[in-house]
Amino acid sequence: MAAHMDRIVLPGDKISDLKESETSKKVVLGPGLRTETEDVYACKPGVLKFKEPNVYWIDTHQKRYVPVKGEHVIGIVTQKAGDIFRVDIGGSDQASLSYLSFEGSTKRNRPDVKVGDIVYSRLLVANKDMEPEVVCIDSHGRSSGMGVIRSGGFLFKTSLNLVRKMCNPQCVLMKSLGNKFPFEVMVGMNGRIWVKGRTNKETVALANAVCAAEHMTNPQIKAMCHRLADALAGFE
Amino acid sequence: MEVMETSTNSPCLAALTCVLGDLSQADGSASFTHGNTSVLAATYGPCEVRMSKEILDQATVEVVCKPRVGLPNCADKYRERHIRDLFQATILVNLHPRSSVMIVLQERQDDGGLLATSINAACLALLDAGVSMKFLVAAVTALIDKDGNINLVPEEKPSDVEASASLTIVFNEKDLQVMGVTSSGKFSQEQYDRSVSLCRKATEHVFKFYRESMERKLSKSV
Repeated sequence: MAAHMDRIVLPGDKISDLKESETSKKVVLGPGLRTETEDVYACKPGVLKFKEPNVYWIDTHQKRYVPVKGEHVIGIVTQKAGDIFRVDIGGSDQASLSYLSFEGSTKRNRPDVKVGDIVYSRLLVANKDMEPEVVCIDSHGRSSGMGVIRSGGFLFKTSLNLVRKMCNPQCVLMKSLGNKFPFEVMVGMNGRIWVKGRTNKETVALANAVCAAEHMTNPQIKAMCHRLADALAGFE
Repeated sequence: MEVMETSTNSPCLAALTCVLGDLSQADGSASFTHGNTSVLAATYGPCEVRMSKEILDQATVEVVCKPRVGLPNCADKYRERHIRDLFQATILVNLHPRSSVMIVLQERQDDGGLLATSINAACLALLDAGVSMKFLVAAVTALIDKDGNINLVPEEKPSDVEASASLTIVFNEKDLQVMGVTSSGKFSQEQYDRSVSLCRKATEHVFKFYRESMERKLSKSV
C-alpha cells in the first residue's frame, strides 16, 4: 500500500495491490482511475493519492475545468434568456442560472443581474450528459456568501491545482496573506479567483502573490508574503 | 506559466527534447523535438463544439496541422486525419459527450519523420493538459534502404536517402501492440516484421522519455 503513495502515474498504468476496506472488501476509486474488466488503470497523468481506509484518486495538473456537482464556481453572466441566465463557468458548456435561485427572489422581485456580472455560485447539476446548472442559494434558501459580486476587485484565472492547493487546510497562503493586511477573496473550483484589497495596489499585489504561490512550499509562501508586505509598506 | 525542458539520448533514436506548458493560453502544450524535426502542439478541451461536428455520445477530436509556411496542403490534411483517428481511439471520448478536444500541431522544422514527431508531440500535449486517455501512444519512423537495411536515425534528410520504403509505426504503451502503420514504397513481409520489432524497441525509449518529462513537471507542482 505504501508503495502507491504519491507515485507518479500516466494513463494506461495498471494499479495493483489496492488496499480494500476490511469490512466491505471494497475500494473507492476517485478521479483519474477507471476499471477495465478486473483491473484498475490510471487514465490521467498525475500523482496517485490514497486516503485511509480505501480511497484512491489521482491529483492531476490541468487548466480546463470539468464541472463537478456541489462545487463552488465563479461564473460570468454571458446572456439573459427569459427566466434563466447563461453563465460561463469555464467548462465545455455554459451553465444555466435561474432567476429564482437567488436569496429573496420571487417572481415579482427579480434579482438585478446584468450581462458581464460575476456570480459566485454552486453547481446543482453537473452531469456529462446534461447542461450544468448553478444556483446562488443553499438548501435553506440562504445566499451563504453566494450571488452577484459587484464591488470591484480583480478576477483572474489560474490552474485548477492552485485552487485546490489554496483550499487545502494545510496551505498557509491565505493565512499568511491575511496576517499582513485585510482583503476579500473568492475562490472558484473552476480556476477563477477574485481578490479585493484595500487599494488597487494591494489588489494587484494579492493577485500576483496567489499566482506566484503555485509551485511554492509552505515556508516559501510564508517568506514570499513577508517580502510582499514589506514591499507594500514601502521597504525595498 | 510552467516550462519544463527534458532531453534524452538513446542509442537507437535521435535526441529527444521537449518543453511542456510553453503556451499560456492553451490547456496543454508541448514543444517536441526529435533529431532535427520539431513540432509545437497545443490542446484545448474538452470545450464547446460546433453544432455540425457534435457527436451525441462522445467527444469530437479535432486535429489541425499547420505547415511551416503557407496554407495546409493535402499531405497536412492526410496527417490530420491519421492523427485524429489515432487519438479518437486513445482519448476516453465517451467521458465528455458533446464536447470537443482540439489538437493544433505547428510544424517548426521538418527533417523527416514529421508524422511520428507530430504524434509524439500531440501525446505529450494531451498529457500536459491532463486529458483522460486509455493509454499512451508513440510513433517511430523506419526507413528501409535499397539494400534492405533498416534505419531509425537517418544521417541525412530522408528524402535524400535512397530509401525504398518508409514506415511510420504507432505503438501503445499498455502492451506495445501496433496501433497504426503508415507506409510508402515497396517492402517485403520480412522487412516489415523487422521494422516493427526495431520500432517497438525504439518506442520504449520514447515512453521512458514521456515518463521522465511528466515526472519533472509533476515533481515541480508540489
